[in-house]
Parts: sequence; structure tokens; C-alpha cells
Amino acid sequence: MTARHADFRELERRNRRQTVTLVFVFVVLFCALGLGLDFVIGGLRLSDGHLVGFPFLTILALIIGCVQSLVSYYGGAALVLTSAHARKLSPDSPKHQMVLDVVQEMSLASRMPAPRAYLIDDPAPNAFATGRDPQHSVICVTQGLVDQMDREELQGVLGHELAHIRDYDIRTMMMIAVLVGGVSMLADFFMRWSFFGGFGARDDSDNEQREAGAMVAVAVFVLALLAPLFSQLIAMAVSRQREYLADASSVEFTRNPRALLRALEHIARTESPLANASRGIAHLFIVNPLEGAAEDGEGFFNNLFSTHPPLSRRIQRLRELLRERMDVPVTVQSSRQS
Amino acid sequence: MGSWIIIGIIVLVALYLTLAYNSLVRMRNSVQNAWRQIDVQLRRRHDLIPNLVDSVKGYMQFERNTLTQVIEARNRAVDAPTQEVRLQAENQLTAGLGRLFALMENYPQLKADENVLQLQEQLTTTENQIAFARQAYNDAVLELNNRIETFPANIVANQFGFHPADYFQAPVEEQIVPKVDLSLGTPRAS
Repeated sequence: MTARHADFRELERRNRRQTVTLVFVFVVLFCALGLGLDFVIGGLRLSDGHLVGFPFLTILALIIGCVQSLVSYYGGAALVLTSAHARKLSPDSPKHQMVLDVVQEMSLASRMPAPRAYLIDDPAPNAFATGRDPQHSVICVTQGLVDQMDREELQGVLGHELAHIRDYDIRTMMMIAVLVGGVSMLADFFMRWSFFGGFGARDDSDNEQREAGAMVAVAVFVLALLAPLFSQLIAMAVSRQREYLADASSVEFTRNPRALLRALEHIARTESPLANASRGIAHLFIVNPLEGAAEDGEGFFNNLFSTHPPLSRRIQRLRELLRERMDVPVTVQSSRQS
Repeated sequence: MGSWIIIGIIVLVALYLTLAYNSLVRMRNSVQNAWRQIDVQLRRRHDLIPNLVDSVKGYMQFERNTLTQVIEARNRAVDAPTQEVRLQAENQLTAGLGRLFALMENYPQLKADENVLQLQEQLTTTENQIAFARQAYNDAVLELNNRIETFPANIVANQFGFHPADYFQAPVEEQIVPKVDLSLGTPRAS
């Protein structure tokens, strides 16, 4: 138990590092784009190896980058909830009441403050958690999950989400979701600018300057093209291992590998995509919500471009946990009603 | 040079003592907080039980014994003079409720009573929250005790009077009680 405890502190530290790196890379990327724009449409140019002019757009980009990072950090959860079309979950039906109760139960089991609960009106069973820290966390479930899961399965799913909250995965994933969206928007913007206002607009200046400016512009252009792909790759790489870890932590909370196992098996059977899940927030969900994502390809390429490990492999790992548990005698605190 | 090394060592030791002491305090607080979480749920259970018994006794004429046992255990827990007596009564209450829930399965009319269903959900989640809070409490105790008993933190713990905390043991009879599913609707494969 203490070993596990140390584990999650380590995970939390890793997530802090990753979030800081992410924001840093994002701001640098922004500044690079600003610099490119300065050369192409702004007043900046190279003259005898010296920079001439004021890098107005670079500084503007720096400010925008910082502001957007702050907005993402404090408003990211709200943005994610809005883009998922989620609304606050209220105890207006017995099943909704039960979900709210199970959220309480699992927050006690995980020793985390209770997250606020949200609902997406969609028949596909799925769930995600987001927020900047455990004190400001939200858990979002779909109506499909509410309708199809019994109490035990809900405990497994919500335990998985609370593990993401405890490990600060929610913060990293939220920043990726919101900043990736920002980078794509910026890339689009930059491409429009360079096509319509950029290259042809310069009238004076000698060839050398134009060449230098063009080279920077091309470099930034490539960067802008690659940025969305690059950030998508980050999102994929960091989230897959987390799913296994959160599955294991869910079992640690429920002391019952069957809970999440049954839930995942159920979800694997239904395989329905979510209507309102965009690519930008797909990596937040407990199972990939995108169309055609549920198939269980295990090849290298499939692994490289999917945000989630194959469901079959997660189910297999949980089965192994269940087998281990069956072999050991009942421990002090194994009795649990569900 | 030598004096600098000595000063350095003193600073390091002081730093360690501070950190070790603070983490012990944090762990002790987390044990106390975990205990409060159990207490809150136990009290909530005390409030809910009279309502449940009132709502079901009309349907369950032949289960007077169980109903009385549950109410008596509840009253003993509320009036308990000491912690030990109280925990004993609470454990009997948990067992009694388990029996009551199991018996309620035999009365399909209860499933149609919205008031009963609502109380059942409230009590089910309270039972689960007690169990999870107890689990969290025991985890917190394990952490604190491991810290207090292992070197070198045990020196700090002894100096400042930190004592190992007691585990919350699940009563033996509770483990025999069959698990009850009170979830609404969805039938459960087991």
C-alpha cells in the first residue's frame, strides 16, 4: 500500500513536469510563429547579419501564448465541458441519484474531494474526468453509461476516473486538449495570412534579405503544418499508459477487479461512438469515443495513432488481477456491498 | 572548512527533522479526517433507519424480530457511553441491516414503493460509504503506523509523542452476511 502511495506521488510529479513542459513548448511555438509573421508581414528583416525593426508580432504572440495558457489552466474544464455538450448532473431520477451517490462513494474510497458531476445526453456508455486539480475536478458521464451500468460497474468506471484525478492526469490531459485546439487554430490562421498577406507583398529590399525572410517563413510554415500532428502525437503517447494505471488504481479503490472488468466488457460489447466527441477531447474518455475506434487492432501503427490501449488488452489485464485476487485469502477489509 | 561541514550537517539534520515532523502531522491529521468521514456516515445511518423501518413495517409484518433488532442496535449505538460499546453496536447494526436488506428481497411490493426505494438507495450508499471510509481510514492508519515504526522517522515519532493508530476491524459476522444488490433496475450477472 505504501509502495502504491509513493507511486501516485511520483505520477503526480511527472504530470506536473509534463504540464510545465507542454506550456513551455506551446509558448515557444507561439513565439516562433510570431517571429515568422514578423519577417513575412511585419517590419522585421535581416540586414548585414543584424535584425532591423521591432518584433512587434513576436511580442504579441508571447503575450497571447501566456494569456491562452492561463485561460486554458483556469477555464479549461469549462471549455472541455462545453465542447462535449455536458450539463450539470442533478438528482432528477433514481439512476441519476445513484450516480451522484457512487461519485461520493468512490471519492471516499480514493480519499479525494468529491468532484462535481456532469452528464452528456448520449446513448454511448462513456465517461471522462477533467479539471486543473482534485479540488477543481469534474466527472462527466454519458446517459448511456447511466442507463446501462449497475452499481458495481459504475464504481469501477468512476474509480478509474478518480484515479486520473488523484494522479493529476486530468490537468495534463486538459491542457493538451485545450492547447492542441489552440495550436490548430493558430496554424490555420498563419496559413491564411501567409497566403494572402505574405510573400508577394514585399516590394523593396535586395535578394539576400528576401531569401532569409523566405527561409524563416518556410521553416515556420512547416512548423505550423506539423504542429497539430505533433501535439496529437503527444496526446496519444502520454495517455495510453495512464489508462492501464488508472484501471489498476480503480481496482485498488474498489478492492474488486470484477467491477471495472464487467464495465469494460460491457462497453466492448456495445462499441458505439459518441456523437459530440471531437478529436481534441477524445483522449480524455475512459474508452475511445471516436467512430471506428473500438476495433482492437494491436499492430504498431494502430498503437502509434490511438489514444487508448486496445480494450481487449485492458480487459485481459483486469482478468489477471481478478485471478490473482481469487488465489489470495480474504483480507481484513474485503467485505463490500454493492 | 571543518566548521562549514558541521554547520552543513546541522542544517541538513534540522531540515530532515522539520520535514519528518510535518509529514507525521499530516498523516495523523489524515487519519483523524478519515475517522470523521466514517463518523459522518454512521450518523447519517442513524437518521435514516427509523424512516426505513417505519416505511417497511407495514409490508413486513412477519419480520418484526429483525426490525426490532435493527432499531435496538441503532438505539444502542446512538446512546453508547463509550467508543468501544458504540463500535460494537454499529457492527451489529451493519449485520442487522444486511439481514433486513436480504429479507426485503422477498417482498416485491417494496420495489413498487417509491419512498422505500429512495430510502433503500440512501441506505445502500451510506453502507458503501461506511465501508469505503473504513477502507480509507485503514489505509491512512497503515501509512501512519509504517512511518512511525520505521527508521529513521521512528526517532522523530518517539520524541514528539506520535502513537500508532488502531485499525477499524470489520466484524466477523459481517463477512458471512451474503452480499446484497440494491441497485435499481439493471439485473446483475454474478
